[in-house]
Amino acid sequence: MQEKEVKFLEEAFKKYYFDHFDLIHIPNRPSEREFGFQKFNSGMTRHISLKDNKELHLLLMQNIPSDVYCSNAYYSFPNLPMNEKDWKEADLIFDIDAKDLHLDCRPSHSITKCNECNQISHSNDHCLLCKSKKIDTKSLPCKNCIEESKKEVFKLSNILIEDFGLEKNNIQVYFSGNEGFHVYVYNSQFQEIGSRERSELVDYIMFKGAIPETFGMKKFKPNRSLFPELEEKGWRGRVSKEIFGSKSKRSKIISELISGGYSNFQKKLENISTKIGAQIDPNVTMDIHRIFRLPGSLNSKSGLTKIFCNDLKRTDPYSESSFLNENTIEVKATCPIEFKLKNKKFGPFYNEVVTVPTYSAVYMICKNLATIS
Amino acid sequence: MLELGTDEYAKYPFMADAGKYLKDKGFTLNQFGTDPDLKSSVEKAFHRLKVSTEGGIYKSALIDGQASKSNVLELEVFSFLLAIVLIKLTGMNTLIKRFALAEARRAEQHLEKDLGKASEKSKIDLAIRIIYDLFGIEVTKQNDFFEIPVADYLKHSISFHEREWKLINRTVENGKVLLTHEKTVRLIRKELGNYINSKIINAPTPPMIPGFEKMVNELINICKKFTPSYTITGEHPPCIKHAIEVLEKGENLPHSGRFMLATFLLAKGQSIEQIAPLFKNAPDFNEKITLYQLNHLAGTSGSGTQYLCPSCEKLKTQNLCFAIPECDNIFNPLQFGKKRK
Repeated sequence: MQEKEVKFLEEAFKKYYFDHFDLIHIPNRPSEREFGFQKFNSGMTRHISLKDNKELHLLLMQNIPSDVYCSNAYYSFPNLPMNEKDWKEADLIFDIDAKDLHLDCRPSHSITKCNECNQISHSNDHCLLCKSKKIDTKSLPCKNCIEESKKEVFKLSNILIEDFGLEKNNIQVYFSGNEGFHVYVYNSQFQEIGSRERSELVDYIMFKGAIPETFGMKKFKPNRSLFPELEEKGWRGRVSKEIFGSKSKRSKIISELISGGYSNFQKKLENISTKIGAQIDPNVTMDIHRIFRLPGSLNSKSGLTKIFCNDLKRTDPYSESSFLNENTIEVKATCPIEFKLKNKKFGPFYNEVVTVPTYSAVYMICKNLATIS
Repeated sequence: MLELGTDEYAKYPFMADAGKYLKDKGFTLNQFGTDPDLKSSVEKAFHRLKVSTEGGIYKSALIDGQASKSNVLELEVFSFLLAIVLIKLTGMNTLIKRFALAEARRAEQHLEKDLGKASEKSKIDLAIRIIYDLFGIEVTKQNDFFEIPVADYLKHSISFHEREWKLINRTVENGKVLLTHEKTVRLIRKELGNYINSKIINAPTPPMIPGFEKMVNELINICKKFTPSYTITGEHPPCIKHAIEVLEKGENLPHSGRFMLATFLLAKGQSIEQIAPLFKNAPDFNEKITLYQLNHLAGTSGSGTQYLCPSCEKLKTQNLCFAIPECDNIFNPLQFGKKRK
C-alpha cells in the first residue's frame, strides 16, 4: 500500500477510534491477557499488557493501529515472551469464515490481483495478463455468504448447548468485520484443556473421524437394532435424521445400508460430514496462544467493525458494522464487483475515478481495489 | 488418601507406602534374602516381574477379589513391594515401564469388577473414590452407565489411538461422556501405569541384598533382549510429499502445512539453508521472513524452543494427512519407513 492510502486509512481509523470509544471495551480480567496490534504496512507488535479501558484507548490514539488483538488465554505474565508467560487457561473460540464454506456464489464475487503486474482478473490460479502464479484472491462477500455462515454458527451453538451442556448466555457471537463470525465460549469446563484436547472437540463439532460402529453398523453380522432412532440425542440422533429422514423410511434404509456394507457406510458418514458438522476453522480453536481481533476494533481487511451480534438471525453485518464517516472522497477504483454497505450499493467500477463516502473508499482500499486519485 | 481395607491392599498394592508397610509388619529387606520362610514372597515377586516382561498379567492368589487368608494378603502385597526392590536393583528403566503397565492392567481388572458390581454400592463407591483420589476424575453413576465430564474424558482419552475413543464415537450428553464400567476403567489405564511408574521411579534404591543377586542378573539379561533395531528407508511420507508438490507447483500451502514440512525436515537433520529454497515458489515468498520463521522453529532464534513435527492425528484434523497403506498406523510422519526388523 502506498503512503497516500496509508495516510487516508489512518485518518479514518483515528477518527473512528476517537468518536467510538464507547464501542471498544477491554475484556474481563484484562491484566491476565496478552494484547497486540499491527500498523498499516508494518509487522505485529505483541506481548503487550493493558490494565483498563484508559490504557487501551491511549494505545489506540497513540498508534492508530490497523488491527488490534487480544488473547483468549489468561496468563500470569502476559507481557513476557511466550514460554515465560505461564499459561493458565483460555476461553474456547471458534472461527467461521465464508471463504472456507466453498459456496457456489463464491466465484461470482471473487477476483484475483496479480502481485507482479497488478492486473485484476477473474482467473483463479494465474494472472491472465502476465501468467504469473503469484496472485492474491479478493472476495467481496455477498448476502448468501453471510446467511450460510450464520447457518454454521447455529449448527455450532446447537452442539455446544445440547451436547456439551453450555449455558446460552456463556456463548457470544461476533461478526469478524470481514466475512465471518467469531464464537466465544466463557466459563466452561473446557477453560483449562490444551491444544490436543481442543482438536478433539473440533473433530466432534465438525463430525470428523466417526466410525460406522458408533451408528450401529458392525463389520460382521450387522444388527438392525443397533441403528440409531430419530429422537436420540447427540450425533446418533442427527445422523439418524440426516440418513433416514423420517421414521417411515428408517426400516427400508437400514436394509439398504446393511446390504451396502461397512465401507460404503463409512463413506456415507464422510460424505455427510460437511453437511451436518459445523464448518469451523480447526486451527483457530486448537491454538491456545492466539490473539484475536478485539471486539469493537476495526478490521483492516475491510474497515468494518467487529461487532457483537445480539440477535444473529436479524444481524445484517454490512449495514450494522460500518461506522466510518460519510464524507466523500475521490478514488480511482478497479472493483469489478458490486458491493453493499449501509444499505447502499457501490460499483462495479472499472478503472475509473469515482466519488464515494469514506466508508466505501476505505472498504475498497483495504481490499486493494482502489487508490487515492 | 483414603483408608483401605485388608483385601483392597492386595488388589491395589501400589496404594501402600512400601517402607511403612514392611516396617509395620516388622520386617527388614535383608530378611527376605536369607529367611527361608520368606522365600516364597521373593519367588512370587520374581515371577510377577517375569510375567510382566512377557507382556502378561500376573494371576493373583486372590479369590474373587477377596484375600481368603491374611497370609495370602501379605504375600500379595510383599511380592509387589519386593518386585519394586528387584527392579531398583537392576537399574533397568525398561523393566519399570513393563511392570507398571502389567500391574496397572491387573488393578484395572479389579477396578472393573468393583465398578461392575451393580448390587454392591460400597464397592462401586470405593472404586469411584480411588479414581478420584488418584486421577481427579469425578465419575458419577447414572443408571447402567458412568458419567465423566467431557473435559476430563478428553484429558485421558487423548493418548489413545483407537478411533473408538475419539469423542465423536462416544455418547455425549449435557457435557458428560457416558461410559460402561469397562471403558471407565480403561480410560485411566495409562494413568494407572504412570502412577505406578512414578512410584517405582521415586522409590529409593537399596544396596544389593544378599540372596537377590541371581534374580537381579537374570532380569538384566531379559532386558537386553528388548532393544529393537530398525531399518530406515529414505522415502518421505505422503503428507510431506504432498506439501512439497504443492510448493513446487507454486500453489499456496497453508501455514499449518508449512509448519509440518519445516519441522519434519528439521527433525530429519536438514539445515535451514537446505529447507528455505523449498518455499521460494510460494505465492507470498519473502526470504527474510522464511529464514526468520525457520530459525524460530529450529529454536535458533526467539524463545529457543525447538518445535516438533505434528502428530498424524493433528494432521488429519488439519486436512494435511494423505495416508497410504505404507503409513502402517504410525503416529507421527517421522516414523514413516522406519520398520522394526
